[in-house]
This record gives sequence, structure tokens and C-alpha cells, in this order.
Amino acid sequence: MRFLALAVALLFAVAPARASLPDIEDEVMCIECGTVLAVSNSPVAQQEREFIREQIAAGKDKQQIKAALVEQYGDDVIADPKTPWLWVVPVVAALLAAIGVVVALRTWRGRTPPTEPPLPPELSPEDARRLDAELSG
Amino acid sequence: MRVFWPVTIAAAALIGLLAYGVASKGTDTTLDDAVAKGRRPAAPMIALPRLQRQGQASLADYKGKVVVLNVWASWCEPCRQEVPLLQKTNEQIASKGGVVLGLDTADASNKAIAFLKDMKADFPSLRDRDRDFGRKLGVTGYPETFLIDRQGRIAALQRFPVTQQWLDQHLPRLLAEKA
Repeated sequence: MRFLALAVALLFAVAPARASLPDIEDEVMCIECGTVLAVSNSPVAQQEREFIREQIAAGKDKQQIKAALVEQYGDDVIADPKTPWLWVVPVVAALLAAIGVVVALRTWRGRTPPTEPPLPPELSPEDARRLDAELSG
Repeated sequence: MRVFWPVTIAAAALIGLLAYGVASKGTDTTLDDAVAKGRRPAAPMIALPRLQRQGQASLADYKGKVVVLNVWASWCEPCRQEVPLLQKTNEQIASKGGVVLGLDTADASNKAIAFLKDMKADFPSLRDRDRDFGRKLGVTGYPETFLIDRQGRIAALQRFPVTQQWLDQHLPRLLAEKA
């Protein structure tokens, strides 16, 4: 009995999980819309979904279904691009932006504050008295 | 006026990136312009898988014939509407050295074959699975049709569904030309 339970547990552990449309359609592109299949409702997207459902009904697992999609629609149907250099542009842009911010901050911090204008000469005692008189009057 | 170079360079780079993005998404009208000026650019001669049977074929195999190259997909409703006209045209031009050749694009092959059967259409089709062939023709939608002369050059193109009038305007002249 224990052996049977172990065998069943092993079977479930080894067998791939049954494929489902929601699990696949967020990893697949609508090839004519340029969006992920999950958010597209165009005619070609509907055909792709129907194709996936047929593959699921035929008992294929996720990897087999993805391979079948590539066979029918080409490499572009997989959402994960196979060309790693595609990621270079945003990374380089982010690096350049970060360098720009650092340089800008350093430049602004290092800038000397504007010099105070020179104070006017002090009033003579006579002018000071006249000023006080006018202000109090 | 003080010029702050890091910000200026970053702004210029951003504008350049945007311009590249807009330009790269734009429609390539090189082919349309050439044909409109009366020139006949060479059609791409890439071998593609046949839809209805095993093996590959290319436009090179049809040299000497006038080819009505129609870009279609089974999920495309306007394509469905023009198939009867294409089928009739194929029957009419066969004896004059012409053929309608389908270019099934972005389509599941079993759906495409079922579509042709449903439409009672028997003209041959090739599969442009990766859409590379269509890109060389500047295809942006479906259906589109290209008339290829007997020397494998693009003589006319229609970016929308074809009409009898459009075919009558171009086909007799091309069929009358010698290889």
C-alpha cells in the first residue's frame, strides 16, 4: 500500500502540469497586433487561442504547444525575444540618464554661491540724525 | 547664455531615439513609389513552403507566367470576400499563361487549408510563416495583391482588396507581353 502511494506521488511529481489557456496566452504574442495574446481580441488572436485550445485538447503540454505555435506562426509568436541585444538600448539609455543626473548634481553642488553686493558706506552722524527725524516725523 | 551640456546631450539623445522609433515604425513606400512611376522592381525570389502539399516553391518557379500574387489569411474577412474573384481569375488566365498564387500569412496551416476548401478555391498557395516575404513587399495589411510580369518583376500592386475593374486594367496588358 505504501509502495502504491509512493508511486502515485512520484507520478504526479514527474508529470508536467496540464496546460491551460491563461497560462500560455500571457507568454505568447498576437502576431499581427504586437501585443501579448492575453490582451488582444483581434481575429488573428482569436485564431491563435483556438489553436491553443485544440492543442490542449490533444493533450499537449505547455512547451509542446509553444513549439507548435512557433511551427505555425514563426519565432515572433513567443513573447520572450531571443535577441538579447534588444535589451541593450533601454539599459544604455538608463545608464546615460543616470550619468547625466550625477554630473548635473555635482555641477550644481560645486557652483559657488553668488557674492553679496557690497554694503553702502555708513551714514555720517548728521545724516543719521536727519533720517531719524524724518522717520519719526 | 549658459549651456548645460549633460542635459543638452540627454535631450538630443532622447529626441534621436524618438525619431528613430517613429521612422522605424513608418510604412515603407519604396515599392509603391517605384511602381507608381512605371518602374518594375524585381519581386523577391525566396523559396517558401507550399500550403496544400509538401515541398517548397518560389516566384522563380513561375517565371514565364503572369502571377497574381495575393497575400491572404484565413482569419481575414476581406480576404474571404475576394477569394471567389481570385478563383474565377485563376480559371480565366490559366490558358493565357497566368496563375493566381496565394501567399498565406500569419495563419495556422490547417485553418488555411480548411478555408480554401470551404471557399472551393484550388489556386496554389505558399506559406509566409515568418512574414519575411511580406515585409519585402511592404505588406501592412490583408489582403494585398501584386501582379508579377513574365520576367518576375512587380508591375502593379493593390494594398486593398482587388476588384474586377483593377484586374481588367492591368492583367490583359501583362498577359499580352511575351516572356
